[in-house]
Amino acid sequence: MTTVASTAGAPEKYVAPVNPKTVKLAVEDLDFYYGKTHALKSVSIPFEAKAVTALIGPSGCGKSTLLRALNRMYALYPGQRATGRVMLDGEDVLRTNNLSMLRARVGMVFQKPTPFPMSIFDNVAFGVRLYEALSRSQMHDRVEESLRRAALWDEVKDKLHASGLGLSGGQQQRLCVARCIAVKPEILLLDEPTSALDPISSAKLEETVLQLKTDYTIVIVTHNLGQAARVSKYTGFMYLGELVEFGETERMFTNPVTKRASDYITGRFG
Amino acid sequence: MATRASPVVIARRQIGNAVFVGFCVLVTAVALIALALILWSLVRQGASGLNLNIFTLDTPAAGSVGGLRNAIVGSIMMCALAMVIAVAVGVLAGTWLSEYAGTSRYGSVIRFLNDVLLSAPSILIGLFVYQLLVRPFHGFSGFAGGVALAIIAVPVITRTTEDVLKLQPISLREAGVALGSPFWHVVRTILWRAGASGMITGALLAFARISGETAPLLFTALNNQFFSWNMTKPTASLPVVIFNDALTPYPDLNKLAWAAALLTAGAVLAVTILARIFSKEPRRS
Repeated sequence: MTTVASTAGAPEKYVAPVNPKTVKLAVEDLDFYYGKTHALKSVSIPFEAKAVTALIGPSGCGKSTLLRALNRMYALYPGQRATGRVMLDGEDVLRTNNLSMLRARVGMVFQKPTPFPMSIFDNVAFGVRLYEALSRSQMHDRVEESLRRAALWDEVKDKLHASGLGLSGGQQQRLCVARCIAVKPEILLLDEPTSALDPISSAKLEETVLQLKTDYTIVIVTHNLGQAARVSKYTGFMYLGELVEFGETERMFTNPVTKRASDYITGRFG
Repeated sequence: MATRASPVVIARRQIGNAVFVGFCVLVTAVALIALALILWSLVRQGASGLNLNIFTLDTPAAGSVGGLRNAIVGSIMMCALAMVIAVAVGVLAGTWLSEYAGTSRYGSVIRFLNDVLLSAPSILIGLFVYQLLVRPFHGFSGFAGGVALAIIAVPVITRTTEDVLKLQPISLREAGVALGSPFWHVVRTILWRAGASGMITGALLAFARISGETAPLLFTALNNQFFSWNMTKPTASLPVVIFNDALTPYPDLNKLAWAAALLTAGAVLAVTILARIFSKEPRRS
């Protein structure tokens, strides 16, 4: 009840300022359309370099849509389009012509594990082979390093040439993380990466995210508020295609400025 | 809960279940018995004609000793040519329909025409190739036979390739693209591999279908009493030998026709088993 009292007369929207020098990826006035459906409405949100930003909000609020605009995943589908700007190191992602290169810089891990029908080793090497000509031993080192960083190495080091499809769901998802970071992207987009996993696997994956944040700019979409609170430095709360509130996670979870964010975080709706 | 269950309802459901399962067993048995009878008569009549001469001698004139060497080699050459053409065209066409055509009008027209071709009478395809490759070159040839068989096989492979690729989850495509892979590369390295087992099944269906086709070969490859590797000339084949010899009044030739039928069935079975062994799907958790 106190939150309601304290947010009476609160602003409709609140985006906390961040130091522009630390911003890796800046979304500016982004509108997104699925055909005629207006899914994102003038969203502006900064993502700080080498920090985790969580996107939260009820289903259908546009979190995943926003994420899929950041690596132009939507470009696979005719009828989906975005307007506005997504500035990555000063270059507009929405206007780049080299989509493959963009996606090598902005990696993505999906809700459901998506191992390729090939060996564990080849899964991890898949993206690397597209861009780098490594020797056998260099490739092996890269695969090992990636699997270690994804906290999967110890479980698979003796069966690198077994099929990736034979791993458990949680292992498959960490394999996808390893595959993604093997390409050495600058940004990691995680789209509800633990929603299909059991609690122990989820905890392991969160652990992985925490270890990766020192080197990567990470954006994670999650329905799990506890997860957002545990892993992220910043949080954006989205509702009906708008970014309602954005700021440091700690402040936002203890003292949200907008009423809608407050209601969501306290479990009043959503 | 149990107290509310009506014995009448439960009894009715159990009877319905028994009737339906019984019906399923019955129709499966009918299909299997038909298959067993066909195979049995094939083996019974064909096995007696099998001997080494089959593989070393060519098709005889009535009354003399002979084998099937020329027909076996002709069939293998024409089926191989047909499968090379059909797999190349069919896999690419099916991939295009599944991955690139989307809901475009051009795509749906191609899809419809492919379905029409799928059920086109094979004798028409023989006539078509006769006009295309036999008349202009003034002669029947093994090439024309191979092309006719390929035209029969293409729609089967196109259709199964499209269906199998469409079954692959969208997330697999997105995951590949998200690693910075161009889409065609994702198709080639991930989707084809994921769908390999189904695509091989499609190719096998096509092979099984063309290995027994007679009508299109009568207009294209015709037949050849003598052994030949030359595919620019008329070429013998097992189905045409069956067709010719089975209709003669000579018991020796009838026996040879049965042996040819057994060989054809055996070859399809062997290829199917081999392909299954080599395309074993990776273990899933």
